[in-house]
Amino acid sequence: MLANYGYSDGSGNYFITIDTDKCNACGECVEACPANIFEMADEDPNDPMNAEPLPIVLPEKKNKLKYECATCKPSGDNRPTLPCVMVCEGCAITHSW
Amino acid sequence: MLEGKKPEFWRWTESNWINPDIGWEEARFITLGIDVGSVSSQAVIMTDGNMYAYGNMRTGADSPNSARNALKFALEKTTLNEDKISYCIGTGYGRVNVPMADRTVTEIACHARGANFFYGSKVRTVLDVGGQDIKAIRCDEKGKVTNFLMNDKCAAGTGRGMEVFADLLSVPIGEVGERSYLVEKEPPAVSSTCVVYAKSEATSLLRKGLSTNEVLAAYCSAMAERIYSLLKRIGIEPEFAITGGMAKNIGVVGRLTKKMGLEPLKTSWDTQLAGAAGAALFGFALCHKRNG
Amino acid sequence: MITAGIDCGAKNTKAVILKSGKMIGKGLILTGFEQTEAVKASLDMALRKAGIDFRDVKHIGGTGSGAKAIKEADVRVNDIKAMAVAANYFFPNSRTVVDVGAEEGRVAKFDDIGNVIDFAVNEKCAAGAGAFIEAMSRALETPITEMGKLALSSDNPMPMNAQCTIFAESEVVGLIHAKTQKRDISRAIHDAIAGRIVSMIRGIGLNPDIVMLGGVAYNPGFTSALMRELSVHRIYIPEEPEYGTAVGAAVVAAKE
Repeated sequence: MLANYGYSDGSGNYFITIDTDKCNACGECVEACPANIFEMADEDPNDPMNAEPLPIVLPEKKNKLKYECATCKPSGDNRPTLPCVMVCEGCAITHSW
Repeated sequence: MLEGKKPEFWRWTESNWINPDIGWEEARFITLGIDVGSVSSQAVIMTDGNMYAYGNMRTGADSPNSARNALKFALEKTTLNEDKISYCIGTGYGRVNVPMADRTVTEIACHARGANFFYGSKVRTVLDVGGQDIKAIRCDEKGKVTNFLMNDKCAAGTGRGMEVFADLLSVPIGEVGERSYLVEKEPPAVSSTCVVYAKSEATSLLRKGLSTNEVLAAYCSAMAERIYSLLKRIGIEPEFAITGGMAKNIGVVGRLTKKMGLEPLKTSWDTQLAGAAGAALFGFALCHKRNG
Repeated sequence: MITAGIDCGAKNTKAVILKSGKMIGKGLILTGFEQTEAVKASLDMALRKAGIDFRDVKHIGGTGSGAKAIKEADVRVNDIKAMAVAANYFFPNSRTVVDVGAEEGRVAKFDDIGNVIDFAVNEKCAAGAGAFIEAMSRALETPITEMGKLALSSDNPMPMNAQCTIFAESEVVGLIHAKTQKRDISRAIHDAIAGRIVSMIRGIGLNPDIVMLGGVAYNPGFTSALMRELSVHRIYIPEEPEYGTAVGAAVVAAKE
């Protein structure tokens, strides 16, 4: 499943996508994020018939991603590699902006 | 409403229903799905996975009472008693505050499951435009979610955005769609995404001499564009279904499906019930799994 | 040399006249629906106050969201450049500038001569602009000029959940119904928008001194929330912050 957390408003699109098929539920992203936007859920909240843990973006953070992620995303040319993306072995995490 | 107060142009009618062909007494599992949305709340009662009764009403000041009232409304025409219900699932924006719920399931999962039930297993793309959010969901033939996004950060494209416009232009919400087609020529879409800025844009369009219907057309068109761009993000795959309150607005739906080049599937069910129906179905599946 | 700077904003159009680096005249007009009219009127007002003739003005710098409507301008100045130059003009030691306009929030980092190093903009969404406070003042039924003072009188911080102006309006109405103190709501409103601006500053890197331009700088609720969130003791605000960007445009025009 491609779980797109985030939003689109007049100023742009701010989505973090977690590909749950590529995710091995290691939880490294939860540790790596300086803004603590991830959390391990006991089971997939979007698939009640599947009781396996996986990371989600916290509901109280998902509507502020533009701001929460700002420190990892300076607007200059020297765009860093994002910590959450770096630690993910399965390359399950992508950002839309 | 108090007399002399400005009429509320966004009101819609509440409804409840019972299936006359079903007797609950023979059912093995009676399951309940309650969807507490920001604008409306629904309770759907199913007997072994079949629609038995429902209640659909406006959400009140707090979620627990909205859930209770929706259930009471659904039970109103039945002889069923609340304690005969085997399992209850709460969903929607107020799902954590549904007092009778045995568990909660996200509205994403419930809408996909509900759409699969209402429209059949061929549904692959489900759009739900609610009062305060837009959900774009792709699902498989079993109604299991494969790709989704939910936008509840911004009012643009949501029912609330349309309510603001209906109010600004003093047009009852139910007439917006039809009136938006009573124009000689389709005006360009309102260019601002943000509802606050779109409101000022509408005011300036009226000043420029556009009629109310033309401004409605320009906004329906902007809503359609907004929703289309979110759908494109998850990828559109036929067949396509629209649930939620906005499905009733032909002004937006007509313009959206024209852009998509895809006709939405039809159902005789009230599309606002999809979330609650999905929840009741999950309840049935869980009961089944548990009891063999 | 005499130059003029005109900033045609979403709400107000501002014009200033600069003579050898000193401001000698200014004008402010509601932009309304006719931008070109507002531009002309604000420039006429500034010229009249300065007591000079249009022909004496060597260059005119135009900036703002309605810059296209400034037919009189011979120098088109980028908004970000204009605000950085203005901050540098008023406070030479400053390195960061914040400008919260009616429909846009902008922050920029610049060097000792006002060259922009990095910037961030929030546009096309009212939640990060002055329009947010304006909409909230209507929801709170409090004049916009009183909003800041009201917020300062609260010592009870609380979060606002809605990130959208339209949803925040309903949230404020709900809070009023729940008998929440107006001053606490006002503080929550200012904390919310200041938080969004601060995240933008953090994104480009906090670099004191910080200057604030734009009409929102008059709002003590906003500036105190900004200082609290940034953990700084002072934010530098010029005497008439609403003319800031216009001054920047005039300074750039003088360098032509």
